[in-house]
Amino acid sequence: MNGPAAPEIALVGCPNSGKTSLFNALTGSRQKVANYAGVTVERKEGAFVTPAGRPIKILDLPGTYSLRGRSPDEIVTRDVVLGRLEGEEIPDAVVCVADATNLRLVLRLVLELKAVGRPMVLALNMMDIVARQGGRIDIERLSKELGVPVVETVAVKKGGTAALLAAIDELPLLEDPPTEHGWREPSAAEIRAAHAEAARILHDCAFHPGNEQFTRKLDRVLLHPVFGVVILLAVLFLMFQAVFTWATPAMDLIKAGIEAAGVAVGEVLPDGLLRSLIVDGVFAGVGAVLVFLPQIVILFFFIILLEDFGYMARAAFLMDRLMAGTGLHGRAFIPLLSSFACAIPGIMAARVIENRRDRIATILVAPLMTCSARLPVYTLIVAAFVPDRTVFGGFGLQGLVMFGLFAAGILSALAVAFVVKKIVWREAPEPFIMELPDYKMPAPANVGLGLWIRAGAFLRRAGTVILALMILIWFLSTFPAPPDGATGPAIDWSIAGRIGHFLAPLFEPIGFNWQIVVALIPGMAAREVAVGVLATVYALSATGDEVGQALQPILTAEWSLPTALSFLVWYVFAPQCLSTLAVVRRETESRLWPAIMFAYMFALAYAASFATYRIAGALLT
Amino acid sequence: MIPTPDKAFADATPAVTATLGRRARGWSGWVTGLAPTDRLTIPWAEMERRLLEMGFVEGARVELLQEGPFGRDPIAVRVDDLTVALRRRDADVVLVAEG
Repeated sequence: MNGPAAPEIALVGCPNSGKTSLFNALTGSRQKVANYAGVTVERKEGAFVTPAGRPIKILDLPGTYSLRGRSPDEIVTRDVVLGRLEGEEIPDAVVCVADATNLRLVLRLVLELKAVGRPMVLALNMMDIVARQGGRIDIERLSKELGVPVVETVAVKKGGTAALLAAIDELPLLEDPPTEHGWREPSAAEIRAAHAEAARILHDCAFHPGNEQFTRKLDRVLLHPVFGVVILLAVLFLMFQAVFTWATPAMDLIKAGIEAAGVAVGEVLPDGLLRSLIVDGVFAGVGAVLVFLPQIVILFFFIILLEDFGYMARAAFLMDRLMAGTGLHGRAFIPLLSSFACAIPGIMAARVIENRRDRIATILVAPLMTCSARLPVYTLIVAAFVPDRTVFGGFGLQGLVMFGLFAAGILSALAVAFVVKKIVWREAPEPFIMELPDYKMPAPANVGLGLWIRAGAFLRRAGTVILALMILIWFLSTFPAPPDGATGPAIDWSIAGRIGHFLAPLFEPIGFNWQIVVALIPGMAAREVAVGVLATVYALSATGDEVGQALQPILTAEWSLPTALSFLVWYVFAPQCLSTLAVVRRETESRLWPAIMFAYMFALAYAASFATYRIAGALLT
Repeated sequence: MIPTPDKAFADATPAVTATLGRRARGWSGWVTGLAPTDRLTIPWAEMERRLLEMGFVEGARVELLQEGPFGRDPIAVRVDDLTVALRRRDADVVLVAEG
């Protein structure tokens, strides 16, 4: 026995109550982000020590308006609080976090939580805003009415959690928390009664003039039928600009750094397998993924900023009607947007979607959004096969083809979502009822911490799953080595090369030669690697940007136009990289969904490429 | 000032059954009740509780603040001291009276 474990406190509150800010203020960077066993819900645990020296573990539970539990997130909150979730300990106490500027709904949640019967504190967060707006809350009376200790907190201010820490020290934490509880699902009549009770308490204890005027005025612009949409498009444009342009210097720096490190390590190591593994497998492979770190950080910077400000709910509001056509909610818009940088953060962002089927449908179509890794492939093929001339009075033909490839991705994503939601599941639309929180200035410390945690999670994954996959691809492309005196590229002799030759007949109907098939295999690790492999297969020794330039005339000579178009179309739909599949596996906690995703995208790519190849062939002869 | 629910609101019967889903931007009034429509996609008991939890209780003040850009759907509604977005088909469940 190591003595008694640290008591565990569960943090519960309505969405937008500043719960996560409070969690950050209490724990700083001492946080662990994982998933609950068996469900796709993020589990955030932290630790801190109270002023009295008591170590405490704290769990940030997903926001909810009630313990009834509708979405997977809310069910986790309910089950943890009630001690029903397998693998989770029953919390020793509950801290309920309330947005003090908006007490009505949370008071009902407090009444529900009280019925559970665990030691509890109510933390009135954002009390500074209440005071600034000339409101006041009679804390003592509120505490007496509710029968639980009530404290004021200002999560975004240093020392703003002192009262809460003191209250936690005074909680009568039980040695053995009882497993039974006094909660049951409330009926509609009980919810009405609880509302009346909450309204009475609020009337007696709080005066708040409301800060809605600012939000109301801003919404008149941001939710305006015309200006609102224009501003949303401008925000999106700025995000894209940032992800594709601002990230470039940092990406070049990382790329150069990794290359330099690879070269330096390569010089130290003796020529041979170990060097090949480390330089070609680890540095080149993992480096190809690490390069996306700046894009991911910039993307999350925008997402966290817009979320904290309260704009994300507005974007969902504006886009809801368009998304409804596919059977999805406005909320699905955000993850799909992120997928233009990379499907991985997009799939992770799908956690904001409450309904599990909506979330899975969104995850399934996210890789159809043209991610940045497909750009090198598009650029190469378009430059090699599409004439550089203007059409329709001033539009560059090459630019139009690129735009068409992006549009094909978006339209097919909407079409697949439609098929999944409306034809396969035949689901009636889930009601769309969502709070539009009052606007709030994001706190820099919170944004910084959020970025730090996201970047850390990405780096950890690059160091584990992606590293393992890269080594596997390296192995397949290297072994067995060509015999002495063999001519032609080494990859030809490897397992990957043999698989390419073996599979070539399968891809012959869509116009792919064996060189393309070989390139598809390492392209599974990271799409843009396909360009380098094509170059290797065509026995070129150039590297970096030169690859594209030297390869281009060869492709123009070797490939027919139908083959090139078929290859482009293939890349619109397939083959999603292995890291995406690994993330889908983790996010859905299932092997089924990544398998379905792989199968449907493969089928879609094959059918579309087949049609393209045949139609183009017929038109050109 | 935070409004308190008034028993008289709940007892009053509106002359014409009017639903929140059919109101236009700028309209304001109060909730008189919740009633199922034939376009429900989830069980009524669940739908009713979801709306109640978001504050659509009898007597709540409602004001239709904004309409979505496409087909004027969804709508943004101020419910007492909270702003809620919902689709018109879901808002059709909320019975309202002007005033």
